[in-house]
Amino acid sequence: MVTENKKETAASKLPGTVRLDVPDMTCAGCVAKVEKSLRSVPGVKGADVNFADLSASVECDVSPDLLIKAVSEAGYTASLASPGGDSSEKDNAELIHYRQLLRLTVVSGAISILIFVASVFGLLPPVETGAGRVSWAIVSALALFVLIYAGGRFFTGALKSFKHHSANMDTLIATGTGVAWVYSTFVVLFPTSFSEIARHMYFDTATLIIAFINLGAALEMRARGKTSQAIKRLIGLQPKTARVLRGGEEISIPIEELLIDDIVRVRPGEKVPVDGELTEGSSYVDESMLTGEPVPVQKNVGDEVTGGTINKSGSFLFKTTRIGKDTALSQIIDMVRKAQNTKPAIGRLADRVSGVFVPVVLIIAILTSLVWFNFGPEPVITYMLVTTMSVLIIACPCALGLATPISVMVGVGKAAEYGVLIRRGDALQQAGRLSAIVIDKTGTITEGKPILSAIEPAVGWNEEKLLAVVSGVESNSEHPLAQAIVEAAKGKAITPEACESFEAVSGHGVKAVSGGRNILLGNKRFMELNNVPIGESGLRADELSRQAQTVIFASVDGKAAGILGVSDPVKPDSKEAIQRLRSSGIKVIMLTGDNSATAEAVASQVGVDEYIAEVLPQDKANEVAKLQGRGEIVGMVGDGVNDAPALARADVGFAIGTGTDVAIESADITLMRGSLHGVSDAINISKATVSNIKQNLLGAFGYNSLAIPIAAGILFPLTGMLLNPIIAGAAMALSSVTVVTNANRLRWFKP
Amino acid sequence: MSFIVNLAGILLIAFVIWWFWIYKSRSEANAGGDKIDIIVDAGVYEPSLIHARVGKPITLRFIRKDASPCAEKVIFSGIDLSADLLVDKPYELSFTPENKGEFEFTCQMAMYRGKLVVE
Repeated sequence: MVTENKKETAASKLPGTVRLDVPDMTCAGCVAKVEKSLRSVPGVKGADVNFADLSASVECDVSPDLLIKAVSEAGYTASLASPGGDSSEKDNAELIHYRQLLRLTVVSGAISILIFVASVFGLLPPVETGAGRVSWAIVSALALFVLIYAGGRFFTGALKSFKHHSANMDTLIATGTGVAWVYSTFVVLFPTSFSEIARHMYFDTATLIIAFINLGAALEMRARGKTSQAIKRLIGLQPKTARVLRGGEEISIPIEELLIDDIVRVRPGEKVPVDGELTEGSSYVDESMLTGEPVPVQKNVGDEVTGGTINKSGSFLFKTTRIGKDTALSQIIDMVRKAQNTKPAIGRLADRVSGVFVPVVLIIAILTSLVWFNFGPEPVITYMLVTTMSVLIIACPCALGLATPISVMVGVGKAAEYGVLIRRGDALQQAGRLSAIVIDKTGTITEGKPILSAIEPAVGWNEEKLLAVVSGVESNSEHPLAQAIVEAAKGKAITPEACESFEAVSGHGVKAVSGGRNILLGNKRFMELNNVPIGESGLRADELSRQAQTVIFASVDGKAAGILGVSDPVKPDSKEAIQRLRSSGIKVIMLTGDNSATAEAVASQVGVDEYIAEVLPQDKANEVAKLQGRGEIVGMVGDGVNDAPALARADVGFAIGTGTDVAIESADITLMRGSLHGVSDAINISKATVSNIKQNLLGAFGYNSLAIPIAAGILFPLTGMLLNPIIAGAAMALSSVTVVTNANRLRWFKP
Repeated sequence: MSFIVNLAGILLIAFVIWWFWIYKSRSEANAGGDKIDIIVDAGVYEPSLIHARVGKPITLRFIRKDASPCAEKVIFSGIDLSADLLVDKPYELSFTPENKGEFEFTCQMAMYRGKLVVE
């Protein structure tokens, strides 16, 4: 919809510049000490310490280890700034804010308790006496201090948004506590203008509410930190240094300094620093952190390796192909972060409500106070005050606003842990509602890489001879079937016979001349057209195609030389994954371009509900649309290569990645692990997340629609009960913590 | 006395409606141009009403002053755009609007609210 390019304003990076985090500098004096220690390292040309973001940038050509050592000798700890530097900055800022909230809570809490004890136990003389007025004036000043010190931001925020004709949480808190303080101070100043029973003061109420709200904010902050754990874990996967071969030497450098086409060494137990192609050695690599696939994957020369994965066994060299923001890991992080910020449709109602929430609560508060004024018992002013304050304080638009996004954060993060990358919030909501799944066979149910599965030479031929001739011809072709035959010859160490001419006959096969002989390779029809007698091999061919093999006839100089069967093997867990989908009540339909014999063979092997054979790539989207026409909510699973329109047409498009293709644009959900189990995982996570959102919304709506009437005193005529505004403050503070905590439960979910 | 209090209450309600809903739509801080600074502080985006044109690139520079976690995200509804903001670290969001319409941008819990009008 929009083209986006974003820039974070960051210090420009010079070549040979190392950035260090020095988190424990506390004063300007520290800056000088750290700079001096860095400059004393031989090879350092310059060092600049930034006190504001607690970092140092050092221009040098020495190993960062030496710099870190120098700083630690000066009495500080330093570490290499991580490439996701913004995340540690964020953590830092959050920690500072969290500590400040705790400090505010402690100070306001302590003073509140003092005032509370003094008022409840009547420790101060009555306000009508001279001594009483002085001591209550002191209490009023103390309460004012709390309001300004621990609650000042509510008042400035309320004022500022008021000027902008907008109202938020701050408005409610400031009005509620402000009214309490102003009224109470009036009582202190002019006690006689109030009737004796109305001479109650609410300093403790105002300050306790502020204390509770600060405590609630601190708790919420802590709980929120956990919601972004998944993304922190992903960022943490990125190693900080790489061992690169430069000038014939292996040197360790920060990964920001890696270039494309660098040769990098990875030793056993180390993490692969960036993406690349293995050039020397072989090993098993644990990719579970990205794909959720628990079994380590074998890597040989020419295979792709992905940054962030762990080398399990051998040492190897690889050539870097993608670095920095382009690595699969960076793209995954970006995608997850973006998806965490999207809102599924289910949350829109809450958004609309929270948009008008605060002014509505203000109106309810005024109405409450009018009702108590007109119909309430004496002393009217006390009842008016208590109920109005309670209404203002107990209403909590935050819980409502947070209900959806906080669960999405956790749900999307959880999915990423299982190798399920969700692009849009709506896909997260829809996935749980799917009633039918269309699966494009190739590359999803099957491996997508055909292999030679049968070779049956005719009389006068043997396997080696036949394969040598056929692979010689097929090595001229790009067709996947041809590739399978060439690979098979290579595997059997058979040298292909070079051929003199080669011609592809579209839809039928190939004609070639090899060693002076005329070779034909192709389907049955091709043989018939060229009058090659196929004899009994025709029956055998039918049998092979019933086993999902594609049959290739070979003839040499007009005589049958044999048949070859090529098939795309079914992935070992496809059957189980499809049964898992079916057992959760989802109809599974297989789509394939193969002929119906092959399609039927695969379909019965894995047990799908329906299959549609001989579908042209451009018709896949129509098949999806047809199902939608029957009222199904359709998910489409493909490998993202030639099924983009169908993926886009479906209600939810799933692309099965091959480990590194994370950014399959046409898909709503990318499955990093090449297994169909990912579809069920995605659906289950979606269901869990949506039900979590519903609980949150229900809780938040329920809380507000129950709490506000109770605060307004609706129970009073029946039971004589009124809500204490202090309890209202505590309930409000807890409500958003509860929402966040409930969302955090999703972290323990197993799909 | 009771008449005055009731009247005051009703007037106050009228004021709330007028101030937060009726008057609001006429007075929103308004901005256009290719590069706009938006201050994120004390519960409001300033300016909160941004004008943009279809096909014309625009850069919104969000400057977050508020440390409370509410302010950390900006999410556009209806367009696939979002940003994570750090306190006092300006974040530049550059994009080219491709469709006409009004798009709300809010914080995660929709307490901060702004509107992007694409013409």
